[in-house]
Amino acid sequence: MTALLQLREVGRNFGGLRALSNVSLEVQQGEILGLIGPNGAGKTTLVNVVTGVHAASSGTIHFDGGEITRLKPFQAARRGIARTFQIVQPFPEMTVIENVAAAALFAGAARGIAQARADAFEHLRFVELGAIADRPARSLTLAMRKRLELAKGLAMKPRLLLLDEVNAGLNPAEIDLALGLIRRIAASGVTILIIEHLMKVVLNLCTRIAVLHHGELIKVGSADDVVNDAAVVEAYLGKRYAAQGART
Amino acid sequence: MLTLQILVNGLVLGGLYACIAAGFSLVWGVLNVINLLHGSFIVLGSYFALFAYQSIGLHPFLAILAAAPLFFALGAVVQATLVNRVITAPVLLTLTLTFGLDLMLNNAMLVAFTADYRKLTLDPPLGVLSLGPVTVPLDRLVAMGLALALTVMLFLVLSRSRVGRAIVAVRMDREAAALMGVDVHRIYAITFGIGALMAGAAGALLAIIFPISPIASTSYLGKAFVVCVLGGLGSVPGAMVGGLALGVVESFGALAFGPEHASTLSFGLLILMLVVRPTGLMGRKGYD
Amino acid sequence: MTSRTRQIVIALAVAAVLAALPLWGSSYWMRLGTFMLMYGVLAMSWNFIGGMTGYPSFASAAFFGLGAYAGAIAQKHGVPIALAWLWAGLLAAAFASLMGAALLRLRGHYFAIASLVVAEVLRELANAATDLTGGGMGLNLPVPQLASVEAQARFFFYAMLALAALNFAAMLWVMHAKLGFGLRCIQQNEAAADMLGINTTAYKTAAFVLSAVFVGSAGAIYASWVHYIEPPDVFDVLYSVKPIVMVLLGGAGSVFGPLVGAAVFLALEELVWRNYLTIHSGVLGLLIVLLVLFLPKGLLSLSSRLGRRLGPSSS
Repeated sequence: MTALLQLREVGRNFGGLRALSNVSLEVQQGEILGLIGPNGAGKTTLVNVVTGVHAASSGTIHFDGGEITRLKPFQAARRGIARTFQIVQPFPEMTVIENVAAAALFAGAARGIAQARADAFEHLRFVELGAIADRPARSLTLAMRKRLELAKGLAMKPRLLLLDEVNAGLNPAEIDLALGLIRRIAASGVTILIIEHLMKVVLNLCTRIAVLHHGELIKVGSADDVVNDAAVVEAYLGKRYAAQGART
Repeated sequence: MLTLQILVNGLVLGGLYACIAAGFSLVWGVLNVINLLHGSFIVLGSYFALFAYQSIGLHPFLAILAAAPLFFALGAVVQATLVNRVITAPVLLTLTLTFGLDLMLNNAMLVAFTADYRKLTLDPPLGVLSLGPVTVPLDRLVAMGLALALTVMLFLVLSRSRVGRAIVAVRMDREAAALMGVDVHRIYAITFGIGALMAGAAGALLAIIFPISPIASTSYLGKAFVVCVLGGLGSVPGAMVGGLALGVVESFGALAFGPEHASTLSFGLLILMLVVRPTGLMGRKGYD
Repeated sequence: MTSRTRQIVIALAVAAVLAALPLWGSSYWMRLGTFMLMYGVLAMSWNFIGGMTGYPSFASAAFFGLGAYAGAIAQKHGVPIALAWLWAGLLAAAFASLMGAALLRLRGHYFAIASLVVAEVLRELANAATDLTGGGMGLNLPVPQLASVEAQARFFFYAMLALAALNFAAMLWVMHAKLGFGLRCIQQNEAAADMLGINTTAYKTAAFVLSAVFVGSAGAIYASWVHYIEPPDVFDVLYSVKPIVMVLLGGAGSVFGPLVGAAVFLALEELVWRNYLTIHSGVLGLLIVLLVLFLPKGLLSLSSRLGRRLGPSSS
């Protein structure tokens, strides 16, 4: 079975800085792939390159059988790739439901604004934000904004959802809620690539883990493989112990 | 030969342009405000020098010293009382505000001084300097020298003094500077004041070269724009490079297309730069 | 959509009142009315790119002047007047889509400056192309052969009214359509809009073209109306600034805001011109300053603040 997303020797330079070099990665349909690595490893850059925010300096990217290396962000969105932002990016003056309706209208299957709003409401109910649909987005707390991001991503009816640090800044209860939501999303058939720092989340959620360090992919494999890998431990010195603690 | 003369003309003009633009560029870079009053400040500076010369015989080169504190105060007050209120508002509001203020100042000058062009003629005149194939009017040369000196002084203030470093800090990162204990609003007022000061001083120097009238304010403003885009925002070396470049381009352009098309040429250059390389000839913000 | 129906009803009522103006108004009032409608077109058009999309365009003067000269030159070559007006609008639209390709990649101040400078460059070109445009000596237009001066005044009044009605209809349609929604998203957060599947380049260009087409025709109608134009007149930077002030006055992003702003602005301008001629630009400046400092969301926001409701919106 061909992978849903295939990166082949993808590189991205910013001037002299090699943010990504020679990254070859496959994301299989239906899996939840965790993308981890120290700060500055290139995780967000990878997501940016896949979604077209930055053009790949080298290599190719294929999605669902077609090449998407040179696509612009809105084209990638329409092909079925959705992403959330590390620093949430809502439309602040628009209401919560308008935010999600936008996603449904422009990338999702909605025909017309009225249907987009109806779809949006369903997605808001899914992330348990239905009660505040008419509030302006800027009035939301951080946890709610993260769920709004998630609802927007879902409204785009993606095949592949790229989550960028969706748990940053949340307290443990909020994280558990988010985890539950992500599992339900995966169960509905969406393939997920999740960038995470919290090992607890990664180990509990992901079927496979990919490790980036200095823009290079140093390991891809199951949780056990990754946690015991010497190169990974070296890059991540403290995490091994946190991981051991989380798995018990 | 001719090319050398044109080049020298261009450089002399360019030095003046650099001075016109340096303060404007600083305000734009630090406050993110396009001060549409800048052109009128320059004209006001010219009138200041004119009346100082005609009434008490104060030489324009010395009038700069008198104009400096006055214009600094004017700028600081305008910023603190008016511009500061919209400093966080969208670009559109600040532009419209300074446009409205400029209409008021310009109209006031028109009423006070009329639109008639006046000239400040030095008595006795300074004559010309001849170096081989090149002749330069001495008044322009000295004005250009002083303009460059002023610009260099600004550069030194920005790089050596405490206030200067604070200004650069605010330009780089407003929030970080505030966290470091910099009083950002005070810096805004000071920077705007410096911008006005540079404009007034430039105006005093320009008074002996170009005819003086409120109508001229838009053309000075236009030059300042082009220099900023050429040289990059908020950078004094950028203003110098941009000013000299513009002066030379206009000089050769006048030869090729005629002097009446000089401003069209410079505007065409502006659009070209904005489309091709919006960060200016110097590349990314040239932090000095 | 009841809000849209309500807006249409109000608009029809206003249009009916305006259409009746020639019956009871003197030629002075008709002249004012024509100007008001012209200002209305400028303001509504700016609203597409400035209010809805958030790109501070100062290009109105460029489109106005371009339309004026296009219409004038066409008429001089024997093109029937209404066709000349149509041609002017289309030319302005084509120009906008070309310019947009270069300009719309810029943001904020840079976009504002570039759009402002375009008018300056066009003015200089009009000045230089003496054979085509008459250069600095201006261009005379053939005067329409109509029964009387009053008939002429009525003709141009109704022409502007028709144009304003078209412009309003376009604005109303856009605000309730996918295009309007997309433009609002771009205005709020362009990067996020892009990621959501909005072709921001296409949408911005559409808004820019819409901001040009009616203004171009208005310029042509103006040229026919005054039958003498010269570059500093029709490319005057104030044709770029006044629409912005009008929209600020009335409230950006709302359906009636630009028209309200245009009407109020014209009234103020006329009062000032009649009473303070020498300082009228200074008073205009003062007006602008006060507006920006104290009423940045426009007059209509006052009424909504009084009514304790959220600001005007299309949905």
